[in-house]
Amino acid sequence: MARTEIKIGGFGGQGVILSGYIIGRAASIYDNKFATMIQAFGPEARGSACSAQVIVAEDPIAYPYITSPTQMVLMSQEAFSRFSPELAEGGLLITEEDLVTVRNLRPGIRHLSIPATRIAEELGKRMVLNIVMMGFYGAVAGVTSKEALRKAVEVSVPKGTEALNLSAFEKGWTFAGR
Amino acid sequence: MAEELYELDENLPVNPVESLLRMDRMPHIWCPGCGIGTTVNCFAQALESSGLDLRKTAIVSGIGCTGRVAGYLNLDSFHTTHGRAIPFATGLKLANPELKVVVYSGDGDLSAIGGNHFIHAARRNMDVTVILINNSTYGMTGGQVAPTTPMTAVASTTPYGNFESAFNLPALAESCGAVYVARWTAFHVRHTTKAIKEALLKKGFSFVEILAPCPTLYSRRNKLGDGLAQMVYYRENSEIRHGADTKDVALEFQGKIIVGKFVDRVRPTFGEAMDRYLRERLGADYLPATAGGA
Amino acid sequence: MNADPAGVLTGAHFIDGDHACCEGAIAAGCRFVAGYPITPSTEVVERIAERFPRVGGVFIQMEDEIASSIAIQGAVWAGKKAMTVTSGPGFSLMMEHVGFAAMTETPCVFVNVQRAGPSTGLPTQPAQGDMMQARWGSHGDYQAIAVCPNSPQECFDLTIKAFNLSEQYRVPVFLMMDECVGHMTERVLIPPAEEISLVPRRWFLGSPENYEPFRAGPDMVPQMVKAGDGFHIHVTGLTHDERGYPNMSVPAQEKLVQRLHDKITKHSATIADYVEDQVEGADIVVVTYGITSRTALPAIERARKEGLKVGHLRLVVVWPFPEHRIRELASRISAFVVPEMNMGQVVLEVERCSAGKVPATLVGHTGGTVHVPEDIYQGIVNSRKGR
Repeated sequence: MARTEIKIGGFGGQGVILSGYIIGRAASIYDNKFATMIQAFGPEARGSACSAQVIVAEDPIAYPYITSPTQMVLMSQEAFSRFSPELAEGGLLITEEDLVTVRNLRPGIRHLSIPATRIAEELGKRMVLNIVMMGFYGAVAGVTSKEALRKAVEVSVPKGTEALNLSAFEKGWTFAGR
Repeated sequence: MAEELYELDENLPVNPVESLLRMDRMPHIWCPGCGIGTTVNCFAQALESSGLDLRKTAIVSGIGCTGRVAGYLNLDSFHTTHGRAIPFATGLKLANPELKVVVYSGDGDLSAIGGNHFIHAARRNMDVTVILINNSTYGMTGGQVAPTTPMTAVASTTPYGNFESAFNLPALAESCGAVYVARWTAFHVRHTTKAIKEALLKKGFSFVEILAPCPTLYSRRNKLGDGLAQMVYYRENSEIRHGADTKDVALEFQGKIIVGKFVDRVRPTFGEAMDRYLRERLGADYLPATAGGA
Repeated sequence: MNADPAGVLTGAHFIDGDHACCEGAIAAGCRFVAGYPITPSTEVVERIAERFPRVGGVFIQMEDEIASSIAIQGAVWAGKKAMTVTSGPGFSLMMEHVGFAAMTETPCVFVNVQRAGPSTGLPTQPAQGDMMQARWGSHGDYQAIAVCPNSPQECFDLTIKAFNLSEQYRVPVFLMMDECVGHMTERVLIPPAEEISLVPRRWFLGSPENYEPFRAGPDMVPQMVKAGDGFHIHVTGLTHDERGYPNMSVPAQEKLVQRLHDKITKHSATIADYVEDQVEGADIVVVTYGITSRTALPAIERARKEGLKVGHLRLVVVWPFPEHRIRELASRISAFVVPEMNMGQVVLEVERCSAGKVPATLVGHTGGTVHVPEDIYQGIVNSRKGR
């Protein structure tokens, strides 16, 4: 399918929006595809559950919202309960292993998990867990090229934290190849 | 004291302020006995003696009898919307800091509908001179009660007398941050002229309140006689008290009027603070605004 | 005249519509912005506040929208290009100054990132409920220009267009965004400064004795000077003559208001900007603007696949309304379908111009989110059934 609909969910402070931004930027700026990102605004964004949605397509994107997400990256239990039922059949679900207990998953969903928090802690900064997730996501989702995603990470993270974030990205990517 | 004020300068030309007025717009709209014209005369003389570059001096008015002042002055003049002369002046000043910007408007315009802008411009110490003509009423619309109408005074919308407290404008201006605050009356023409000149030359939010008679709609309704009678009231009931605590200068119906220069202090203006702060924070990356640009 | 390279962030960016609007304003030469925070427009001024000190601009957060909408006009008369940014409740407060800008022929831009109303409504969610307010919101007779972007890229491009139109005709111009477009992040290509053409202010270059501030030439738009140039101009919201002096007579009113009206209506063909897709030979024409021009696409595609002859007329400039084009189409198609995120505003214009020849079906929406394409598709199908 030419259109991939991605939902990223977690709680505030985990870098959910930044993750969506990185995927969109990688696709639209470095891979020359089209991407539309919309972050949840309103009461949803102020509460504990936080989400971003990204559409990546080969052609210009007309309808800007996701209608049937084919990929999800979820980093909290609440995000899992709330969003996972929307995942399209045959979709890809990526969860943070220690933060999300996956139950009652519909058949036909491809589920992968990664202990991103632990990996991030090993790197010395729990904060980079979302970038570990992005590395892992990039390796298994096949939506963007590695170079594009790597570059998007590099330019999107705060100045001075590039090296740390890039190693988090590599760790996530490598974890997928295990 | 009073004699000193009325010594005539024999070297004065016959009509010293004519060049500052748009004579092609005369006669003006003000009623006989109205005090606004007197204040315009004071303003024109103050402006002339201030040495300010008249090409770089702009005047902004709101709506109302005093709001018409801008249109009679031979300056870049802006007759804006009701209550909004101060924010217009703010834009004018910030977009071209070389301009001297004067706001000239009435009590209703500046303290009722425009009250919010008044307090915020004073808070920011916006570099504008505000001349407020206080005739205790809304003249142009027929003499309604204003935030400056003294308690018990009759207005068309307080036919049984006003029961709301009036603003003490010098105290309001001072508490919000004005750097120059003075009050005079239309009787005190020399003092008024001097105060306006000082205000014009003061950097920051300078404020001059001038009490002026509205014989048609305020005096008559309150049985206070004509414009001249109100001038007599000003003369007999004013007390000059420079440096008075502005908390003590509230006005009462036909009561004592404390006049004088109450506040004269120094604070950085909005523009100065902005420039200093941004230069400190951004260093060479800070590009200050320059005049023009469109 | 081209954009000043110092302010143009040439390159590919992944930014939202609000940020793109800010970059468009800077590229357009805007160097004064006054605003008051209001969701969902706040990101525009946040970025302005960050960017302006580096490009010679002045941003001030005023005490309210009333102040913002008149402060920008002070700045314009001091020689700047200026704009203010708001959403519904603030837009309502600005209306008196829209009229002041129209009356005093002050070129400036009002950005409205529309959210669902009335009143506080849904502050964080989109609507297109202010379209008629943009047209008629201030009292008295005046003509408005309103442009409607459908993407962050267009938030950049059309902000520049809004400034250009305001300078060309000396009118307030509305950039009518909506929350969806404002908060949507996509690729925005900012061209090199030399590829961005700007309409400079229409300065009067002669001497003061030959100048009347409101005397217009054949194109009905007078030339401008600014405060401090030594012209001692008078500018008033009262009815005025060519000198700018108040004139309370009926002939003065007639002359002024007629010219203010004509300077837009007589140029409406030049100002008009719409995009057509398969409108020639169409049976049904879907008229869209802003974000609905995108949400309607899947519906139009589907209807076409099912054999319907559906054309798409997307209005980039909504005001002045392209009456002429709608009239032409009304005489040869069988129905208009107008999806909009309100309970029927622009559809009234389509109906007026169709003059009873063909029906105009509203696919309305109270706002809060964008249309689902299914609803627009049903609108298209029903427009045929309705005949």
